[in-house]
Amino acid sequence: MSKKYLFDNPKNIKILLTFLFGSCLVLVIINFFVHKHAHFSWEEWSGFYAAYGFVACVGLVLAAKFILRKIVKRSEDYYD
Amino acid sequence: MINIVPPALIFIVGSFFVPLLKGRVQSVYLLLLPVLSFVNLIFIPEGTHGVISFLDYQIIFCRIDRLSLVWGYIFHIIAFLTILYGINMKKDNEFMAGLFYAGCAIGAVFSGDLISLFCFWEMMTIGSVLLIWARKTRKSINAGFRYALVHFFGGVILLVGIILYSYENGSIEFGYIGLNGLGSYFIFFGFGVNCAWPFLHSWLTDAYPESTILGTVFLSAFTTKTAVYVLARSFPGTEALIWIGTLMTAFPIFFAVIENDLRRVLSYSLINQVGFMVVGIGIGTELSINGTAAHAFAHILYKSLLFMSMGAVMYRTGKINATDLGGLYRTMPLTCIFCIVGAASISAFPLFSGFVSKSMVMSAAADKHLIITWFTLVFASAGVFHHSGIKIPFFAFFGHDSGIRTKEAPLNMLIAMGIAAALCIFIGAFPATLYSILPFPVDYVPYTMSHVISQLQLLMFSALAFTLLYLSAIYPSEIRALNVDADWLYRKGARGFLWLLENPLAWFGNQVKTTVFVTIPQAFVWFSRNPLMALKVAGNNMAIALFEESFTKEKVERIRTRIAEVLTDYPGDAIRYSHVGTTVIWVMGFLLAYLIIYIVSGRIAL
Repeated sequence: MSKKYLFDNPKNIKILLTFLFGSCLVLVIINFFVHKHAHFSWEEWSGFYAAYGFVACVGLVLAAKFILRKIVKRSEDYYD
Repeated sequence: MINIVPPALIFIVGSFFVPLLKGRVQSVYLLLLPVLSFVNLIFIPEGTHGVISFLDYQIIFCRIDRLSLVWGYIFHIIAFLTILYGINMKKDNEFMAGLFYAGCAIGAVFSGDLISLFCFWEMMTIGSVLLIWARKTRKSINAGFRYALVHFFGGVILLVGIILYSYENGSIEFGYIGLNGLGSYFIFFGFGVNCAWPFLHSWLTDAYPESTILGTVFLSAFTTKTAVYVLARSFPGTEALIWIGTLMTAFPIFFAVIENDLRRVLSYSLINQVGFMVVGIGIGTELSINGTAAHAFAHILYKSLLFMSMGAVMYRTGKINATDLGGLYRTMPLTCIFCIVGAASISAFPLFSGFVSKSMVMSAAADKHLIITWFTLVFASAGVFHHSGIKIPFFAFFGHDSGIRTKEAPLNMLIAMGIAAALCIFIGAFPATLYSILPFPVDYVPYTMSHVISQLQLLMFSALAFTLLYLSAIYPSEIRALNVDADWLYRKGARGFLWLLENPLAWFGNQVKTTVFVTIPQAFVWFSRNPLMALKVAGNNMAIALFEESFTKEKVERIRTRIAEVLTDYPGDAIRYSHVGTTVIWVMGFLLAYLIIYIVSGRIAL
């Protein structure tokens, strides 16, 4: 099993991550040059969607992990 | 109207011939059936056909208009793709149940009256239960029973609603109903069970992941989307639906994040996506109804694609839990790519189908300035990317290397997934085609610079959040565990109910039984053995109870001994032998009394 696959090489993972961070940065920069036609005033703030997406996902994961899992987790044979 | 074949008929009748055919002939037959049905559908002109008079009612099997056609088209497309996907598995029973089920869904969509709708509605339940049972494990059989119970319960509620509604309105026409009158509330609730509303949803996440590889793909397409169609038909603009839908988009994503079974993750995201459609119905504007129809169309394709890719993984590895999978991109690269296309579509990346359909609903919500709903929908969009867009492909195909080295999915599966993926991209890139079949004229432009940038920001920063959480090991690791959901209420609740039946209620029932059937009759029997003596005992007892104070001690003592004596040899000498003469005297006495009464009453009357 010596065959090397795409992400067995750490360099490729690094490239992917750089691409992700880079595109986030580019999106924030582009944001200043795009005229927004928004329904709500807060949509016109630069980076509203970026911040909301980030905060929403972190909040989602933390709530699911530390609150919901505490409440609903049972062993796999709970119903048997 | 004899020359028109109702759209449902070809599937339903066709399904019964599946087991009679074998091998290649069967495969060709299975693939031709949806094509034939589709051609038939295209050639039926818009309008109402297939009307049958039944009692005093008009049964309409074929009401073709722009709303029902959207669902009709996509149901045919997905039935064809699902059959193609499963054609190598040679499961006669699953194809039969699946075709029957799809046919009933098509029948429900095109029926123009509540009676035929109800019949197709219930037959769908039968088809889907057979698909769940087809896995033939103990878990799937139990899940199938639970599914059947929930849906038959919903069906009975719907039936009650239909009866009340037709009584109130004197019509069984299936059109706009709206929430007024008791019947309409029952109908609303009955539809809601199939639509997986919050707390009514757990049949879905309970049963779908327990079905077979093919069965789950079938199931994911029809039941909830038929419910979305009937709600769009009969309850557009009902405000309650906005809140129900908003809740549906939000709560499943929390469950999806911590769920281990990847097909269950997809089931949760299915509810989340149906939530968007329900919000669209609730808003009830032309834009939002268009959005609901477009989203249903797009959703069926990408959701099936995702279930197909997970099914392919299951087919090759026999595993579906995130804890057992990982690193499969090495050996299943095409399945991986198709899965990513489905994931990008459900996450609404620009150029993928979700982007052009979901945004219509969100725009409609913003137009109406529904602030809470809008914030929740944006949150849910980020969340669905998080668990369906990233989690599904990442844990199956990347993540930790499970060491599994398997083969790529079979060719027919790849072709089916390929076509579905191509359609997802085609809809996303050329939305005009989808927009042209929507119920209302479309005046909506998805591709504006600000929309694309906003959406990309939302998604890329969600991805960033995932990456940072994952790299910092905060992201919840997958655990072999079960997460309880609303089904707890009836799975554990049923046991509580049984306990209640077996203990307090059974005790009470037993008491009633012994009193009515044992104690009281026995008392009567005892009494009737020697009524005179029994009355005497009762009289003595009463005398003691009433006059104990005024009697002398000796007298009380005497009575007590007498009672005790009588009771010891009760019934005692019950039968008193009498002479014939005594009897004759009694008879004479009665006759005399009768004569006197007769004479006296005669006198009075005169």
